[in-house]
Amino acid sequence: MSKQIKAKKSAWQKKPLHKRIGIILAHVVLALFAFLWLIPIFWVILTSFRATKGSYSSTFIPTAFSLDNYIKLFTDFSVFNFPQMLLNTLIVAAATCVLSTFFVISVAYTLSRLRFKSRKPLMNVAMIINLFPGFMSMIANYYIFKMLGWTNGPLLRLAMIAVYSGGAGLGYHIAKGFFDTIPIALDEAAMLDGCTKWNVLKKIIMPLSKPIIVFTLLNSFAGPFKDFMLAKILCGPNKDYFTVAVGMYQMLEREYIDQWFCSFAAAAVIISIPVASLFLTTQKYYSIGFSGSVKG
Amino acid sequence: MLTALRKGSLWVWLSALIWGLGNLIRRQFVKGTLFLAAEAGVVLFTIQSGLYNLDKLTTLGTVAQQKVWNDEKSIFEYVDGDRSLNILLYGIITVAIVVFGLLLLRASVKSAYSAEQSWKKYGRAPTFEQDIKALLDERLQFSLLSLPILGVIAFILLPLIFMSSMAFTNYSVLDSKLVLFDWVGFKNFARTLSMNGSLGSTFWSVLGWTLVWALAATFSNYILGMLLALFINWKEIRLKKFWRFTFVLTVAVPHFVTLLIMRQMLQPNGAINVLLQNMGWIKEPLPFFTDTMWARITVILINIWVGVPYTLLQTTGILQSIPQELYESARVDGANPFVTFFKITLPYMLFVTTPYLITSFTGNINNFNVIYLTSTGLPRAVGSTAGDTDLLITWLYKLTIDNQYYDVGAVIGIMTFITLSIASLLTFRFSGSYRNEEGFR
Repeated sequence: MSKQIKAKKSAWQKKPLHKRIGIILAHVVLALFAFLWLIPIFWVILTSFRATKGSYSSTFIPTAFSLDNYIKLFTDFSVFNFPQMLLNTLIVAAATCVLSTFFVISVAYTLSRLRFKSRKPLMNVAMIINLFPGFMSMIANYYIFKMLGWTNGPLLRLAMIAVYSGGAGLGYHIAKGFFDTIPIALDEAAMLDGCTKWNVLKKIIMPLSKPIIVFTLLNSFAGPFKDFMLAKILCGPNKDYFTVAVGMYQMLEREYIDQWFCSFAAAAVIISIPVASLFLTTQKYYSIGFSGSVKG
Repeated sequence: MLTALRKGSLWVWLSALIWGLGNLIRRQFVKGTLFLAAEAGVVLFTIQSGLYNLDKLTTLGTVAQQKVWNDEKSIFEYVDGDRSLNILLYGIITVAIVVFGLLLLRASVKSAYSAEQSWKKYGRAPTFEQDIKALLDERLQFSLLSLPILGVIAFILLPLIFMSSMAFTNYSVLDSKLVLFDWVGFKNFARTLSMNGSLGSTFWSVLGWTLVWALAATFSNYILGMLLALFINWKEIRLKKFWRFTFVLTVAVPHFVTLLIMRQMLQPNGAINVLLQNMGWIKEPLPFFTDTMWARITVILINIWVGVPYTLLQTTGILQSIPQELYESARVDGANPFVTFFKITLPYMLFVTTPYLITSFTGNINNFNVIYLTSTGLPRAVGSTAGDTDLLITWLYKLTIDNQYYDVGAVIGIMTFITLSIASLLTFRFSGSYRNEEGFR
């Protein structure tokens, strides 16, 4: 052990001085950047524990700390009902994640591993639809749901779930990239043995695809927690059905910001923890799926 | 379908008229009945309301809401007139159902033909049970795709058509055309694209900034993210995992949270200005969102903050997959780090990541959140609907949701689509992966 350290040290000492300074400098620069990137996150954590009220503070680091902002979120329902928002988001997210994972995996599997006449045309149509601002269909959806009377009452949840998962099939690229990397020889061998295509899917590919299914599930579960635009348009002033994102945006409106700003920071910390941990557990797929999709 | 009609018997021809007839004749009773029932449904719908809807669609309604004097109650009563928006929606749904009917007709003819073929060959057509089994085997794609496609049609495609068709009407708060509006053809496009007039000039300036923004945002993220990834990958850097984690942590927090926080921090009396003032570096607060130039640079910087870790995450894997032999032979040839970067790393990365660049360019043109949640499009000149940092997409939001100029909003949406199509066509056309698909393999 000590020998290794010695060996390392000597390797370090073997380097010329200017190179050693360069390496130290590189680390300092990296640390500086990392610090720059973390400032907003530090700041929001600090603010969530700030004891003084108000949206602005005369010091960067608060002078006094307390847990009041967190307590307020779960006790003061006069304007914002945070637990209700969490529940709303959870309901929508749970339904969305099941539906859209089913859609995404079906589309990705079909386009990756089955060959049929309309495959290429379908992919082209999907590409063209993806070029339209998703926002346009969202506005139109809002008017359609309004005509149907779904923008009031409990049906609002159904509308949100429909819009979040309805178009999910268009986002098949990452999952398709994953399926593309499974050797096609597996399917061929199974089919020679008399397996139907459904059984190939069920018994051979799905057991191999757990990671991408988990990734898609987690990703679409996090969707309603992250989305702001769609939920805001659909909810309008219906406070009872606000998702967390819409509610938090409202906390920064002029009439509430003074009372609610620190609680906004607390809410940000509360929802960031689950979303961040979901992201960190799935982060490797961003890279894998991406390099995989290139091969397709 | 054409071969079916050319080679099929009279029964195949008649199946176009009476759906499922060909199946019924070949003793495929369930299938035939299903076709027949579908035809009955489509025809019934067309007669009951379809024709009426289509007829209304041509004019979008003519009867305005009227005030009628009610003698008995001695008050004015409102009599509902036509509602153009409903007429438009029902019209589009009717067209969709008619198209669906035509597809069913095609399916009926095809199915009659294939039933006939197998009748000739084997003396019987496949049973319903066999058809169901085929759905799990050679026609698996049909069972897997129908629900997702239905979802896309209902919640993406039809709404898109609905919204796009508003571009050809005068549905707008202007001249109070919110209830009853008409088709106006390409007038809105002419108004938007004309160089003179307030709408046209706003459009061109917003389009210009959108393109500048998309280019700056995409390439700044791409190059800085890749440099950061290379930097962390450098063999002398210790604790690689720790550094990556630090940067990736910032992507993990939901964007709308970090963006809203950025907005608060960059206000005239927000945290950043307070910090700089306390340190005595500046006297007056910096005009992050109040001066045009400052605001534009600020949003690009914010986007770098948001996007660089993401690029880092995505490119690290690819950087590590560059064949090491390339670098070794370059070192043997005496190439310095700059030459290896520009001759090996960058071309390889560009080759592999062109699709990513296109998606990220598209994403940036439609980057609603970064603008709307930070600068909200400000600073805005008096009397204009768009601010100096507004992109086409945020302008579209303001035009429709805030100001109810739906006609112009729809035009902006279509123009965004056209811009994106041109941009991605050009990139595909000139990118390495298009010209030389096997380049690095």
